[in-house]
Formats: sequence, structure tokens, C-alpha cells
Amino acid sequence: MIELAALLIGALFGMGLAISDMVNPERIIGFFDLAGSWDPTLAFVMGGALTTTFFGYRYVLKRSAPLLDGQFHLPTRHDIDGRLMGGAALFGIGWGIGGICPGPGIASLVSLRIEPLVFVAAMVAGTLLAKFWIARRS
Amino acid sequence: MWVAAAISGTIGGVLIGAAAVLLMLTLGRIAGVCGILANVLTLKLDRNWSWSAFFLLGLAGGALLVGAVGLKDWSAFVYPAGVVGTAFAGLLVGVGVTFGSGCTSGHGVCGLSRVSARSLVATLTFMASAAMTIFILRHVF
Repeated sequence: MIELAALLIGALFGMGLAISDMVNPERIIGFFDLAGSWDPTLAFVMGGALTTTFFGYRYVLKRSAPLLDGQFHLPTRHDIDGRLMGGAALFGIGWGIGGICPGPGIASLVSLRIEPLVFVAAMVAGTLLAKFWIARRS
Repeated sequence: MWVAAAISGTIGGVLIGAAAVLLMLTLGRIAGVCGILANVLTLKLDRNWSWSAFFLLGLAGGALLVGAVGLKDWSAFVYPAGVVGTAFAGLLVGVGVTFGSGCTSGHGVCGLSRVSARSLVATLTFMASAAMTIFILRHVF
């Protein structure tokens, strides 16, 4: 049951990424390239997603538990440290170079183009590398 | 062109938001793609691995569906960094989202909707660094 829910919800997410054209790197570059011909699409996507999620979460999180799990799994950390900011800064550099972030990268695998494949493989390598480094440090 | 992008962007954004809300309603989880990918990479074949793997499968399936009904021409996309540059970008994204505990979906959509200070700082940071990177690549070099 949780697998079916996750599959359908993932599909909804993937359809959103494709319909909004966030899988197109030019949309990302165009949004951030304020000195070029500005493309506002990302702002509309974030606006639509944030409005829906903000009000949806207010309703959902009033419940004592989700439908298919005993409890909500929410992040508990509140500290703002160098690791958070440094990590986010690195992510932004990678996002700016490739015009691809994790969701669109994985969704674009279905295009069978070489770039999304290379992107996801390298992202997996980077994730494992960072996890390994964090595990050794702690 | 501008209006069409505004409409399809808003519709797509609402679908992404609806997916985030439904994932919280059913499984009680944050719809952060890089976190879900990290769950799959643990290769611990438990309940957490299982829903995560099916979510990513669905993510790709949903995009495939939009292409199958003729709404997406994947061959038209231009990847600005080329193959080698895209590999480098992927590596930076993987390291960055792991240290930064989230990406555009986890911090930018779910975290901001929960009014999380950590997500606000992370989102402003990665948006600013993306904008600076693109400015340097397009207008300095």
C-alpha cells in the first residue's frame, strides 16, 4: 500500500516537473540570468508549489498521524551551521553550471539523453562521497 | 510565450505542491528528492527503502507519461555544460545537497512551507550561489 501511494505521488511530482518545464535546463539558467533575457517560469512554479504546500500542510499536520504511518517524520534540527550553508552554496554552484537539480535530473532519465544520466550518476557518487566523509568524521 | 510559461509553470507547480501534501498526508514524509534518493542509496531493503524507490520510479514515470502524450520534446533540450561539465555539476549537487540536508524540493518547497529557518537560509543560499555562478559563466568568461 505504501509502495502504491509513493508510486502515484511520485508520478504526480514528475508530471509537475515535466509540465512546468523544470526539466529544461534553459528554464533554470534563464531565471537566474538576470543580466540576460529573464525567464520567470521558475517563479510561477515555486509560487504554485509553495501556495499549495503551505495551505495543504496546515490542514494535514493538524492530524495526529498520517494515513499510512503511525507518525509524521519531520526534520527536528533548528541550528543554522556552516555545513548547511556551505552545502547549499555548493549545490547552487552545481545547479547553476548544469541547470539541473535532483528532481528534474531523475525525471529526465526517461529522455534517454546522455546528460541526465551522467548528472544522476555523478550526483549519486557525490552523495555517497559526502555520506562517507560525514560518517568518518562522526 | 510568457503567458503560456506562466500557466504551465503554475499548473506544474500546483501538481508538485499537491504531491508534497499527499506524501505528508499518506506517509508523513517530506517530499525532498535528494533525501528520498539518499534513502534508496542506503540499500537497506526496509520499509523506508521501499517507498523511496517507488517514489523515484513514479517520478520518472510521471515525466515519461507527459512525454508520451506529446507534451514534452526531450530532444529539444540544450544542456549548457556539455557532458563533462554536467558530470562536474552532478558531483557538486550530490555533495552539496548531502551537506546541506536538502535541495529545491526539500528546502525550497517543503521546508519553506513549514516556515523552517534552516530551509529559508539554505534556499536563499543556493539561489544566490546559482545566480552568481550563472552570472560568472555567462557574462564574465
